[in-house]
Amino acid sequence: MPKNPDIKKVLVLGSGPIIIGQAAEFDYAGTQACRSLKEEGIEVVLLNSNPATIMTDKDIADRVYIEPLTVEVVEQVIRKEKPDSILPTLGGQAGLNLAMELEEAGFLKENNVRLIGTTALTIKKAEDREMFKETMEKIGEPVAPSDIVESVEDGLRIAEKIGYPVVLRPAYTLGGSGGGIAENPEKCREILENGLRLSRVGQVLVERCIAGWKEIEYEVMRDGAGNVITVCNMENLDPVGVHTGDSIVVAPSQTLGDKEYQMLRTSALNIITELGITGGCNVQYALHPESFEYCVIEVNPRVSRSSALASKATGYPIAKVAAKIALGYTLDEIKNAVTKKTYASFEPMLDYCVVKMPRLPFDKFISAKRTLGTQMKATGEVMSICTNFEGALMKAIRSLEQHVDCLQSYDFTGLTDEELRLQLSRVDDRRIWVIAEALRRGISYGEIHEITKIDLWFIDKLSILVEMEQALQKGSLTPELLREAKRIEFPDNVIARLTGLSQAEVKAMRYEHGIRAAYKMVDTCAAEFAAETPYYYSCFDGINEAESSHKKKKVLVLGSGPIRIGQGIEFDFCSVHSTWAFEKEGYETIIINNNPETVSTDFDIADKLYFEPLTAEDVESIVDVEKPDGAVVQFGGQTAIKLTEALMKMGVPILGTAAEDVDAAEDRELFDEILEKCSIPRPAGHTVFTAEEAKKAANELGYPVLVRPSYVLGGQGMQICINDHDIDEFIGIINMIAQDHPILVDKYIVGKEIEVDAVCDGQDILIPGIMEHIERTGVHSGDSISVYPAPSITPAVEAKLVDYTEKLARALHVKGMINIQFIVTGEDVYIIEVNPRSSRTVPYISKVTGIPIVPLATKVICGHTLRELGYTPGLQKKADYIAIKMPVFSFEKIRGADISLGPEMKSTGECLGIAKTFNEALYKAFEGAGIKLPKHKNMIISVRETEHENVVEIARRFQNVGYRIFATRGTARVLNDRGVKALTVRKIEQESPNILDLILGHEIDLIIDIPQQGANKSHDGFIIRRNAIETGVHVLTSLDTAGALATSLENRARELTLIDIASIDNR
Amino acid sequence: MKAFLILEDGTVFAGTSIGSTREVVSEIVFNTSMTGYLEVLTDPSYAGQAVVMTYPLIGNYGICREDMESERPWPDGYIVRELSRIPSNFRSEDTIQHFLEEYDIPGICGIDTRALTKILREKGTMNGMITTREYTDLAEPVSRMKAYKVEGVVKKTSCREKYVLEPEGEGNGKRVALLDLGAKRNIARSLAKRGCQVTVYPCDTTAEEILASRPDGIMLSNGPGDPKENTEIIREIRRLYESDRPIFAICLGHQLMALATGADTYKLKYGHRGGNHPVKDLETGRVYISSQNHGYAVDPESLDPSVAVPAFTNVNDGTNEGLKYTGKNIFTVQYHPEACPGPQDSSYLFDRFIKMMGGNE
Repeated sequence: MPKNPDIKKVLVLGSGPIIIGQAAEFDYAGTQACRSLKEEGIEVVLLNSNPATIMTDKDIADRVYIEPLTVEVVEQVIRKEKPDSILPTLGGQAGLNLAMELEEAGFLKENNVRLIGTTALTIKKAEDREMFKETMEKIGEPVAPSDIVESVEDGLRIAEKIGYPVVLRPAYTLGGSGGGIAENPEKCREILENGLRLSRVGQVLVERCIAGWKEIEYEVMRDGAGNVITVCNMENLDPVGVHTGDSIVVAPSQTLGDKEYQMLRTSALNIITELGITGGCNVQYALHPESFEYCVIEVNPRVSRSSALASKATGYPIAKVAAKIALGYTLDEIKNAVTKKTYASFEPMLDYCVVKMPRLPFDKFISAKRTLGTQMKATGEVMSICTNFEGALMKAIRSLEQHVDCLQSYDFTGLTDEELRLQLSRVDDRRIWVIAEALRRGISYGEIHEITKIDLWFIDKLSILVEMEQALQKGSLTPELLREAKRIEFPDNVIARLTGLSQAEVKAMRYEHGIRAAYKMVDTCAAEFAAETPYYYSCFDGINEAESSHKKKKVLVLGSGPIRIGQGIEFDFCSVHSTWAFEKEGYETIIINNNPETVSTDFDIADKLYFEPLTAEDVESIVDVEKPDGAVVQFGGQTAIKLTEALMKMGVPILGTAAEDVDAAEDRELFDEILEKCSIPRPAGHTVFTAEEAKKAANELGYPVLVRPSYVLGGQGMQICINDHDIDEFIGIINMIAQDHPILVDKYIVGKEIEVDAVCDGQDILIPGIMEHIERTGVHSGDSISVYPAPSITPAVEAKLVDYTEKLARALHVKGMINIQFIVTGEDVYIIEVNPRSSRTVPYISKVTGIPIVPLATKVICGHTLRELGYTPGLQKKADYIAIKMPVFSFEKIRGADISLGPEMKSTGECLGIAKTFNEALYKAFEGAGIKLPKHKNMIISVRETEHENVVEIARRFQNVGYRIFATRGTARVLNDRGVKALTVRKIEQESPNILDLILGHEIDLIIDIPQQGANKSHDGFIIRRNAIETGVHVLTSLDTAGALATSLENRARELTLIDIASIDNR
Repeated sequence: MKAFLILEDGTVFAGTSIGSTREVVSEIVFNTSMTGYLEVLTDPSYAGQAVVMTYPLIGNYGICREDMESERPWPDGYIVRELSRIPSNFRSEDTIQHFLEEYDIPGICGIDTRALTKILREKGTMNGMITTREYTDLAEPVSRMKAYKVEGVVKKTSCREKYVLEPEGEGNGKRVALLDLGAKRNIARSLAKRGCQVTVYPCDTTAEEILASRPDGIMLSNGPGDPKENTEIIREIRRLYESDRPIFAICLGHQLMALATGADTYKLKYGHRGGNHPVKDLETGRVYISSQNHGYAVDPESLDPSVAVPAFTNVNDGTNEGLKYTGKNIFTVQYHPEACPGPQDSSYLFDRFIKMMGGNE
């Protein structure tokens, strides 16, 4: 079937801000699909509230709206742009839900817009629990005994009937939000109450618990003619019970025989056929480990995290093919972009093993429970490829960048055997390390399997790794042993540690015996056909296939690894744009990255893609083969920056800002010298190594002080300390991980926080714009609401900011990007931090100013000057729009995480509000972040004493827009004294009804809670905030944010003005 | 123990011996299936060949004897990258290591199977040797390899005496005569499961004998080797063609029917062996993912449209995948609707055959 000629203009919905359960995979899918549509001459209109995405670039879509993803906005976009079709299957659950609402309301029909890629009926059949069950029953596909309930009482009754434990899954939520396993009625009631509220349709599924079964997934595709194929199947190392997003996943399945494999494959194809999906679909199964019994757990009728993983694992571009199918093509008409010989109607065959590991945020949320369950907690993931499972696992471990590089990285030697057995029964992010310790102690495979339900095959593979550790520890290192250790991907530094040799000695021995990494191609067909895709992975037991060509200059672009708090999708945006710019400059481009969710790891972004860990050794092996002319590290976040020194030692020139200058920005003493030379003030501070030194420094500076390790990202480990006790506590936490670098203690200055990104060509400096944070200093810049252009600085301060930026860029000999954060108090400007690299704000500021910052910086790195490129240096003219970047959090997913904002970053994503006026931009930003108020118009205010005065006017403004205010005693007294009516609520330890009852009564929309500073935060406050988050109440922990929200509520816009980002001029 | 795989072009791969340590010369072919190694090992179509598995991790789920597609493994040799140290599956009865030893099949593991596959893809299927002997001069072994030809394998793999497989359950009253040319078990099983009584005949059975039993339909099975070698069987198949019986043929059976009716076959460069090949039904345009194992194909140019026309074609390389016989109740396919290993998407062809015999689908 050829393309449907009636489809000319398509609206593509993105997935909005990055949150746990909905990450970069949708930017990858959306970008690939948009390119695929444009290839077919389709006009693409894009809507996504997330400015850090590549899909929202004007190169990707013809019309780009970075607006809140709400029904009203989609309606407005449709009325304005008049697309003939809407493609909702690429924007995750968010996009699908929106499309469903519009369809159900009849809006699409009224406006002659058709849903392509799926039908409303298909979505309902897959997503509505009742219809899904009926559909499965109709075609004889088993599902676990279950029932849908809309009330707590019904839920408890059904649970009783099915028998505990039961699994509870709210309908239409992401990442399993609000779901869980209940072993008893109390727990069941708790989850039900929460789940019913979180579900868009107020439904929760109560289901037989199949925990412990094998969890298997199939990615399948179907075209309009009914042709069906399987792209990939995957097996979770973790049995059913751990969300697949938090599981270690291997592709293809390893412990299934052909009978099981084909049984589930046939089932998946029957399901996609019955649902009538045109495009991609993910089916999750639970397979009984000791029989052929299976249950369908879930069907996702759209591209998903798993489909992104399957695409990267096989080389089959699911989103691209899904987009073509949506246009009417059949699978046998779509060329396989990898082989360029075969067609999309085939099934990829792997001749390697793929392992995915989740990136969990417990290093950020120290107080959070590490337990894994049916609610996803991972912020991102890494993937690795090897010819064997052990090697793929070892590569994945070191790709995580969590100070882990082998199965000894978490130490459980201190546990008794009994404690260890207990630890085995606790499923958390360290489970494979616990199993390794159990194996070291000789606990049998059978017993480990009994406790964990992990298949013996995987346990044996972990044992092979443990045995290798022991062999390396035991004897002298022979070439044979070294060869075998490398085959299963032990890195040189681990071999060195275990054998007592130096890393250089291990490396020398390897090179002497020719034990070098070889690169194999991911070709979709297990070498059956010659493929041209330059997509490689390494192994130590094969012949190298990667040919080093040297027709043009060659640049290595280092990616940013897994998405984590503090280093998100924005760095992928930068890496990809830099790669494209290098290509335009005539370079051959090579990307190294290990994140399967991203655009940068799509095989047609760079000339060559190496899917590899980003460690010095792994990079060096690639350098040995490719011999690049240079590497660029300033776009890959801290991951890439950290490799600067290693690259220099390999003899790879760093393109752009020199390594010494990168170091100067991070090294306290060098940096102080530069500041002094430039006469730029900074908050007084000291470099220390111990708690004693820190306390001495703090007392000298005077509390409060800011304490942080150097060389970190996202303010990790950064805290405000108000007394000696705090210092002891924080230094203890910082030193839990060995520090190669000193700890910084700075005077904490209260003021406005200002951020500047600039491009410097070595001589001239271009500043696209100045951003101001709504929150005062003390809240991490990534968690602050950022406003461009800075609304409240004087011309004198502005001049100073520009002057300091120029001086610093010159002093650091910046070539390319620089990011600087300042504090402004009155007319005084202090510098807080300088990053000689691209930053989180670059995508957003590029889009609103129309200045392509990353391509510009890349061209500068290649030797062009700003003037030659047509730019006038200095601070650029303000854009015609106000753009506000709003942080978005995923606190409800992480049990036990403290949500109060501080110097350590906690947000997972961001959205943009862009408008002609500040108020409208702010309104859009809050809308985009999903802060939807009000329902009940009830709020609670509880602020620390020092802020009592400041809260009065804000409270009054909320009262004026109709809020009923509850407050804790002290706060209430101040408010009432000052003429703001506030009802006093009892404290948590007092008798009911107290503040907690009020929150759990679901009648509160908003809480303003300003906790004490320092470590000694009240436990009550923590409980209140957690309970609020888990019942879906918005909590603000900064008065500045609260003030901004009041402004937004006072200025509710009736109709938003839509701004096409693609029309903002490239000035 | 060290083992070597030597190709007739002089390429040598060094690895570790698995299974028997005896030396063997054979034709080397690769299979891209990711599961189903036991079904591959017991598929009689591999007689006279040594198989390379392109998927690197083999033996993970052990040996489940009920999955065997014939009573024994047939390949001359087995070539893998890595064998699992332990089998893990609730049905597993044995390890693949032991299984190979039991049937005295030599093999090699620990070699770069992808590099080997690329050689076979580029240069075409070739002969090779698995040995534990370290040759200093390759001239002698290479000359033995060059002399090797896959011969007499249909006779070797076919059953010696006819036997009957009763229908599962009620039965549909249909009686099928299955000519065993090296048949996989699941062909007869697929028919029995659908209610047919299946009589399996040795490959040298005459058409006269088969037709005398008045079967409702005749099935020609898969099998090993060069189709043209089977001149006598082709002659008998011609007689079956001339009868009025509905006929369904798979793989070698499909090739022999083509040869019996005047068409020609040729050897493919490196064949199709795996579970991911797309075949297109030329009548409906539908594409099915199929299980395949063949080194030869019917030349569509040689077809006389008044005798047979192409019914299925391979989407990847355009080779013929099935024929429809003009004016006859006969259809034949190159691929494997009986799956095992591989996709079950084409099992509907058995239903079609039953319908052709006048039964209900």
